[in-house]
Amino acid sequence: MKIIVCVKQVPDTSGKVAVKADGTLDRASMATIINPDDLNAVEAALKLKDDTGAKVIVVTMGPPPAEGMLREIMAMGADEAVLISGREFGGSDTFATSQIIAAGIKKIGLEPEDVIFCGRQAIDGDTAQVGPQIAEKLGIPQVSYVAEIEKDGKDITCQRMLEDGYMTIRVKTPCLLTCIKELNVPRYMSVSGIVDCYSKPLTVFDFETLKNDPLIDLATIGLKGSPTNIFRSFTPPQKGVGIMLEGNDKETCDKLAGMLAAKHII
Amino acid sequence: MVNYNSADIASFKGIFVFCEQREGKLMSTDFELISEGRKLADERGVELCGLLLGHDVEHLAAELGGYGADKVIVCDHPLLETYTTDAYTKVICDMVKIYKPEVFVLGATNIGRDLGPRVAARLHTGLTADCTHLDIDMDNYLDFLRTSSTLDVDKMKFDMEDRNLKMTRPAFGGHLMATIICPRFRPCMATVRPGVMKKSAFDEKRAASVIIDKPQVQLSIEDMDTQVLEVVKATKKLVDLIGADVVVSVGRGIGKDIEKGIALAEELAEVLGGVVGGSRATIDAGWLSADHQVGQTGKTVHPKIYIALGISGAIQHKAGMQDSECIIAVNKNDTAPIFEIADYGICGDLFKVVPMLIESFKAAKAAK
Repeated sequence: MKIIVCVKQVPDTSGKVAVKADGTLDRASMATIINPDDLNAVEAALKLKDDTGAKVIVVTMGPPPAEGMLREIMAMGADEAVLISGREFGGSDTFATSQIIAAGIKKIGLEPEDVIFCGRQAIDGDTAQVGPQIAEKLGIPQVSYVAEIEKDGKDITCQRMLEDGYMTIRVKTPCLLTCIKELNVPRYMSVSGIVDCYSKPLTVFDFETLKNDPLIDLATIGLKGSPTNIFRSFTPPQKGVGIMLEGNDKETCDKLAGMLAAKHII
Repeated sequence: MVNYNSADIASFKGIFVFCEQREGKLMSTDFELISEGRKLADERGVELCGLLLGHDVEHLAAELGGYGADKVIVCDHPLLETYTTDAYTKVICDMVKIYKPEVFVLGATNIGRDLGPRVAARLHTGLTADCTHLDIDMDNYLDFLRTSSTLDVDKMKFDMEDRNLKMTRPAFGGHLMATIICPRFRPCMATVRPGVMKKSAFDEKRAASVIIDKPQVQLSIEDMDTQVLEVVKATKKLVDLIGADVVVSVGRGIGKDIEKGIALAEELAEVLGGVVGGSRATIDAGWLSADHQVGQTGKTVHPKIYIALGISGAIQHKAGMQDSECIIAVNKNDTAPIFEIADYGICGDLFKVVPMLIESFKAAKAAK
């Protein structure tokens, strides 16, 4: 049995967002972080490793600097890393991305009892689509929005959260689970982990490595091939400048209540 | 590779809406999507079909008809009673291959977001997540751009004959909007954010005349790798952030007295008939339960009034509330980014300001 965990490096949206003059995101000027939900996936993988002794392989698709993130996750406890990286893969939508990552996972080798973990969704796209689409391409079952996991033998029992409660689901392995933050609290890198992470194996899968895999339809990858394309992107109009009220006393509060009442807002 | 769905896209016709039911009850998102689907079907001059999966659910079809469905395809099977990814994906893909719709929309609920990507990947087509606006007709799309973008639409050139579904969604926490198309494959698929599309008026006549189609469902236990052991409803009443007219949210600013901060927010919410939300920081710190979270990794809300107390306004929070009709912010720091999007701002200590606000709002409401 082995454990595969898929992660993504994303711009940090907890601070200010830098937008270029043409309205697109200035990614270069923003700090990158490990996608928050993916950290819960990493923790789920490491917990399962603690219980079973299974090897954890962390996989990402991204530009070469994503290696730094993979090293960090190996410092947390992952055993090996795979970086899927190629110019041909750039600009892929979720459909295209999932074919490529699925081919990468197939190359690593998916065996009975293996478990793949993903985060629920990435904060730069917010689609939550790549996890389920990897599962579909690999022909394995998925459970998304997972808040609790128990492995018993060849099956996994987990809780899938719904808006108004949850379902308890038993799923056969190999399977793919997408994790939410309620699942666990991610661990920190350990000192010995940081020392060791540079000697752990990191393999790069480029376009040449994966292009002949039948899971990839070469006509549907990259910016040009992706089934979905951007028709137009635009910035929403700035809201009219709001009113900053003078002072912060009772008079100010009465004034605000009066304005809201006059506009029938309250 | 030529796929069945890219060889002859013109043979795909009609609008499909996945109508989700839980325990035999339709979701409010279904009515929003059927209403929106009616608009698209009229723009295109085609049929609007609700796709309903379940067991003994045929009686729900009339309700969908009342909101605008011409036809409801009822897939009835004991194994469809409760949602599972594998059974629902199989049956839906079978139906798409038979009926060949050009557009297929689902609600971006936890189930829709589980099902949509799986179906799209199997059908070999694109899927756009969490859309907030849909158009087919170019004139309507340009009207939308005139009111919702900074583009100088009348100076730009467009292909006015474009008949693709134009799916618009916020990108990067709403700083950018992107309109996505799926020109080479059918159906064009989109999940639509709950609570965004307007539900139309219920039409008794339409409800009575809806066509019900009950195709044969091919499904067996061998098609399923998952088994639902139980479905549990939340015992605690969860806060309905999405349906609320007023949301009073608290942030890190309540840190010096968490209990009092939450109590003040609750009181203010009660005066205005609203509910209490929180920023990610308050949920991560365990001050409020996760169902209260407003923001990119929580809920997206657009109430009539949104009051932000002690929330600085990180992009990930703004993404979840910036479309509120009226935003009021109280923060000690006059440079907090929340003031950039607030309609009304008060710079001050929330523990001092909120009790006064409660009194002022009470008085203003009493005077009405």
